Formats: sequence, C-alpha cells, structure tokens
Amino acid sequence: MRSDRALTIVTRTLAAISAAIVLLVFVFLLRESTPALRQMGVSRFFSDTSWHPLSDQFNLIPMIVATLVTSVGAVVIAAPLGIASAVFVNFYAPPQLATWHRRLIELLAGIPSVVFGLWGLVVLAPIVATFGGSGQNLFTATIVLGLMVLPTVALLSDAAIAAQPREWIQGAAALGMRRSAIVGWIVLPGARRGIGGGVMLALTRALGETMAVLMLAGNIVEMPSSLLSPGRTLNANIALELGYASAGHRSVLFVSGLILMLVVSVIVLFVSRRGGTKLDRYP
Amino acid sequence: MAKSKYLGRFALITTENLSVSYNGNVVLRDVTIAAKPGSILGLVGPSGCGKSSFLASLNRLTEIIPGASVAGRIQFDGQDLETAFPSSVELRRHIGMIFQKPNPFAMSIRRNLELPLCEHGIRDRQQLQQICESVLRDVGLWDEVSTRLDQSALELSGGQQQRLCIARAIALKPQVLLMDEPCSSLDPLSAERVEQLIESMRGQYTILIVTHNLAQARRLSDQVAVFWTQDGVGHIVEQGETDAIFSHSTNPIVASYLSGRSG
Amino acid sequence: MIVTPEATSRTIGRQHFKREVCVTVAVWSAAVSVIGILIWILVDIAVRGLAEINLKFLTEDVQNAGREGGIGPIILSTGLILLVCLVVSIPLSVGTAIALTERVGQDTWFARNVRRSLDVLAGVPSIVFGLFGNAFFAIGLGLGYSILSGGLTLACMVLPILIRTSEHAIRAVPAEYGYAATALGMKRTAILFHVVLPVAMPAIMVGVVLSIGRALAETAALIFTSGYVARTPESLLDSGRSLSVHIYDLAMNVPGGGSRAYATACVLVAILVLINAATALLLRLAGWQNRNISGGSL
Repeated sequence: MRSDRALTIVTRTLAAISAAIVLLVFVFLLRESTPALRQMGVSRFFSDTSWHPLSDQFNLIPMIVATLVTSVGAVVIAAPLGIASAVFVNFYAPPQLATWHRRLIELLAGIPSVVFGLWGLVVLAPIVATFGGSGQNLFTATIVLGLMVLPTVALLSDAAIAAQPREWIQGAAALGMRRSAIVGWIVLPGARRGIGGGVMLALTRALGETMAVLMLAGNIVEMPSSLLSPGRTLNANIALELGYASAGHRSVLFVSGLILMLVVSVIVLFVSRRGGTKLDRYP
Repeated sequence: MAKSKYLGRFALITTENLSVSYNGNVVLRDVTIAAKPGSILGLVGPSGCGKSSFLASLNRLTEIIPGASVAGRIQFDGQDLETAFPSSVELRRHIGMIFQKPNPFAMSIRRNLELPLCEHGIRDRQQLQQICESVLRDVGLWDEVSTRLDQSALELSGGQQQRLCIARAIALKPQVLLMDEPCSSLDPLSAERVEQLIESMRGQYTILIVTHNLAQARRLSDQVAVFWTQDGVGHIVEQGETDAIFSHSTNPIVASYLSGRSG
Repeated sequence: MIVTPEATSRTIGRQHFKREVCVTVAVWSAAVSVIGILIWILVDIAVRGLAEINLKFLTEDVQNAGREGGIGPIILSTGLILLVCLVVSIPLSVGTAIALTERVGQDTWFARNVRRSLDVLAGVPSIVFGLFGNAFFAIGLGLGYSILSGGLTLACMVLPILIRTSEHAIRAVPAEYGYAATALGMKRTAILFHVVLPVAMPAIMVGVVLSIGRALAETAALIFTSGYVARTPESLLDSGRSLSVHIYDLAMNVPGGGSRAYATACVLVAILVLINAATALLLRLAGWQNRNISGGSL
C-alpha cells in the first residue's frame, strides 16, 4: 500500500503542476503588464491618437480591428468549406477517396504557419497584387489564415457527423428522403454541437496565429479602410516589436498579450461548458 | 384507403429467385415469395437466415449498405420493380419500413411526422395538421400525445416511439409495410399494443413481418414463409397459409421448428 | 386546392432533383477545392525546394546569412530543443494522465479542473507563450536566450496534447485487464506499470509523435526564447535557431533568401509527412482502427 500512496502523491503533484502552468502564464503576463496599466490606465489604449511607441502613443484599436477582421474572416472562409468537407467525406465520397481526403486534411493541419506564410508570400501575394497594392494585405492574410484553420473545423465536424446514429439515417432513407434532405434535416442539426465547437476552436486558433499573418498582412499599423488594406494584428505586433522594446513599450506589449489570452480563454471556457468537443487530438 | 385498385390481382409483391450477398458472400438465395394485397405475410425462421436482408432488398435499402448486392426478380403489382419505380425515393413512398429498434428523429413528435411529408411534397399547414392527427389516431397515440406534439419524440416510451414510427410510415400512405421484428425490443405490454395495431391494419396495407415470436406469427399472419439456413445460406423451406403450415406441415424441419423443438 | 398525387410528385420530383444536384455539386466543389489547394501548396514546396536539397545542404554550416551553405547547425538546434521539450513534458504528462484516470468512471473536482485549465492552456496563442517564456524562463529563471528556454516553453505548449492523448490511451485499456490483476492481489502501482502502461504505450507514442509535430511547427514562441543565432550550439544554454525560425528569417529578413527558405520548408514538411505516416502506422500496430469508414454512398 505504501507504493500506492507514493504513486498517488507523485502523480497528483504532477497533475497540479500541469494545471498550474496556465496560472503561471497568466500571473507573469499580469506582472509584466502592471507597469503599463498603472502608468497609463486602460483608456489610453483606446484613446491615443495612434500607435507610435517612440512618441508614447499606444492606441491599440487599429490592431484590434485587424485581428478581428483576419480571425473572423478566416472562420467565415473555413467554416463552410470545413463542414462541406466533413459532409463530403461521410456521405458523398467513395470510401477510398474519403480516406485520402481525411489524410490530406490531417496533413494540412500539421503544416507550420511559416510554411503557409512562405507560400502565401511567394505564390498568393503576387496573385492578389494584380488587384492593386503589393499583395501583402489583410485579404491575403485572411485567406491563408482560413486555410490554416480549415482542418480544425473539418476534423471536428467530421467526428460529430460520424457519431450520428445510423438508425436515424436508415430510418430517413426508408422514408424516402433524399441524401441532401437527410444531410440537411437530420445529420447536420444533430451534429450542430460538435460542429459549433469546431468553429469556436477554429476561431481561437485564428486568434492565436502569428507567423503567417506577420508575413502576409503588410505590417503597417493603420485602420483598415478596405479589403486590400495592409494591417497588423496584435500577435504580429508583439512578434515584431518585443525584440527592441524599451521597458514601458514592452509592458504595453504584454498588455496586448494579456488581452488576447483573456479573449481566447473566455471562448474556450464557453465551449467546454457547453459540452465541448469529442476529439482525441488537437489539430 | 386506396385498396380497391389492387383487389382482383393475385399478389401485390412477388419475388422470384431473389438472392442477397454482402461483399460476395451469399446470405440468401432463391427466395420466391408472393404477398397478397391486404394480407399479412409472416417471415419466420432462426436468426441469421437473411430475413432482414430480404426486407431490405424490397425497398432497396441495400443501396446504402456497403457491399450489398441483390440478384433476382422483384415484381410490384405485376410490373418489375425497376420499371414501376425507377426512383428509390418514389419506391419508398409506396413501400414503408419499420425497424426493430424504434428510431424516431431527435425532434418534436410533430416534426417527426411532418418532415417526410414535406419531403414528399405536402407543404400546406392544414393538410399536414390533418394528416398528423389522422395517423396518430390510427395508431392509437392521439389521446396520449395530442397535448405535447411539440415535445421531443425521444421522451416517449419505447412502445409509443414504435407506434410513432408506424404513424410516420403510414402518413406517406404506402401500399406495403415491411416490419423487421417490430415488437422484439419492446416490453410485453407495449408489444401487445403494437401487435393489436398491426392486426387492425390488415386489409388496409400489405404487411410483411419478420418475427421470432412464433405465437405472434401464428396470431397475426395470413400466410407464412419459413426460412432456414443450409450451408450458411438462407432460403425458404416452406410457405403457404398459416394454419396449414403450423398444424399440418409435412416438412420435418419446419414441423420441428414450429413446434418449438428446434431453432 | 385539389392536387392529384401524380402531378404533385412530378413537380416535387423535379424540384427535389434540382436541389439534390445543387447540393451534390456544391459539396463536391468544396471538397475538390480543398484538396486542390492543399496539393497546390505541397507541390509548390516540393518543386521550389527539392532542387536545393542534398547531403551538403543538410549537414553544412550556415553561410552568408543563409543564402549559401547548409542547415546543419539548425537541424542540430531543432533536435536539441525537441529533446529538452520531450524530456520534460513526457514524464509530466504521463504522470498527470495517471492522476486523471485514478478513479475509473468518476470525475473528481480535481480532475475536472485540471482538464479545464489544460483546455485553456491549449488555446493560448503561440506568441503569448513567447511572451511568457521570455519573461519566465529567459529572464525570470535567468536562462537567457537558450535552447533550454525554448525547450521548456515548448514543453508547456505540448502539454495539453500529450496529457489528453495519454489519458485516452490509459482509458482505452480494457477494464478486464485491471480486474484480473486486482483479483490476483496486485497493487495499483504494479498493475499500472506491468499491465496498463505497456498496453497503452503505442497510443501514448502517438501522442508523443503528434507533439513533435506541433513543436516543430512552432516559431513565434521560439524567437523570444531560444533565440535567433544560427551557429552550432555548444551547450544547452547556448542560443540556437530552429528550422521554422530559419524559414521565417530567410523569407522576411534576408533578400534573396527565398529559395533557401523553400528548401528548408521542404525539409520541414518532409519530416512532418513522415511523422504523419508514423502516427498512422503506430495506430495500426496498436490495433486502433479509430476511423470507421462509414460508407460514402447514400
């Protein structure tokens, strides 16, 4: 029994450590953000004239907008394609094709963001440039971001759809319902919780993405005025400026990191409270 | 109920040398059967004789079972099934199916009934309401559920769910009903109610019912077909009027099975 | 309105036929575009990158800011960072998974909140990990820009994946094995190490392989923890550049570095493809056919 007790103590301690890490992250973010928050208060991040750290201007709004535009835009692209993929693989594809499609999507899920950024830079940006500008703008970034979070929606929707009871599908078929009707009226509504969870998780992934957007969005901090405007997201901003930031500036960067973490945490907790997603790995 | 159109013809549904195989393995062969209009044909036999596969081939549900293939002739009202119903969707409007385990959709009772109707073109609200009430009365559910039509069908008891599934099927006004052991997953009381319902449907529909319950087969069916396996493949050993087969079968296998001594 | 059944079914039939065709076309086009784009990306990387790859490229030192020479030290740094990451995260994860599966079928308050905090951890943006790693490991613990800092930060990032897959692996071991062992009077520790973990090992390995994939893809967190310097590291406290950081540098900061960036990307993607294949193989070895081919025709 003694070895059992030791096992319990050791493993519980390890579990506690694992759980504590997220708290540690939060605490350190808070610690580094406090100087800025204390000196400047929260309102300045929204009321300063622009983002010019060297002139002590720290308006975060253009970057917040750029973050929202790219993330939501990415999900708008990824959700229909991902759900259609899942429907395709479960109801329209011959078994061999279905297997390969799934494998390809899993592969897509693993491709690093820098590689997406590279492809976007060399291949996609010139194509977008034909519409004007350099091709490095929020539009290009949104498209590539959409491709990156597509697997999240596709794989989670796939799992949710595949979990629908066969009896319902057979029953619907026996009632003479067509495939499109079965998918639209029975399967998708039944799977909506899993699909919704997938879309939410894709949103968190999009919000968390840094490198591809950094490479593609154009990096000018200004309010986006059109689809082809360049912009800079909060993440990209941290990546670009942390290296040479002075103490006050650095603290502000931590504030923006804190904001991101809070938003993402809220979404994740919301999803897990709703019943979460059944998944054995994170794409 | 439209039945007079078919009186006078010998059989509504017949099959000739029907065989079903899955991925090359034959599970059922040479099934030749005739179901008279308005009658109840019982399909009995031990498990694994392919009775469910037989039913699935009649409404082409084999199309959605991977690896399944059907050979042989099926005729509906004198015509080849392919000619009569080139579209499977249309076919399933005329030949309905009730499954062993009740499978209402995870929706309200009302929507369970309305969805297939909408799919088959009936959209008028009044008509839908009328049909709902009428079929629910037919299956004896109206008094029990009329006040909660918008609640989930999954909250009903097993027996109620099965009767709902029957209501859902007959809402499409089929001519034939295929029933795959409709009572076997129900408690005895519910099973009895469903059985009474099936009894009351005699004459209105042509019913083919697979059942393990020999007493039930004897009670319900007008004709009966006895399935058996030989070398792992199912086939029919005897068919005919229920009373004749149950009491005076000359086939030793059948006589022994039906008297409960084997199978 | 009196509508004859035949007329209704004909018009409905045509309407539904149209709908069916539209939906089928839409679904197929979506699937084809997704596959098409993916193949486009992969082919593009292969075509542009393979030309530059040879043994020299994989082993030589980085010269001229990466425009010439090879990626030898980079591969070494990447390997070391991965090593640190795994050495720290595997014991931590397996231990946590064991703690989470302590009570079979019951969800304790402890377990539920551990899982919740891991879910949140899994969603934290990678750059925020960079911030944290920089503040805690590099500066707070005084490790500076080093492979150690980078590896430890990555360990925090892969923890959720590893713990989740390990937990699933342990739960998937049939309960009967445990019952039999208990009936024989074995203690929980012995059952764990002699019966459960060996059976769960392939699935745990799958989790490890997945984490390696995730770690290799990471860039933002490493820039501020393991550093940027592209030389051969001499100790774990030296800074080192990983493959992904190298790609980023060549693509954005080095004019003319595009082709080398592609070559490096090709190497990285090739490693990831191998990892994907290894995962599938390991799953099959473990007897897990967790993909049910639910017949694509309806």
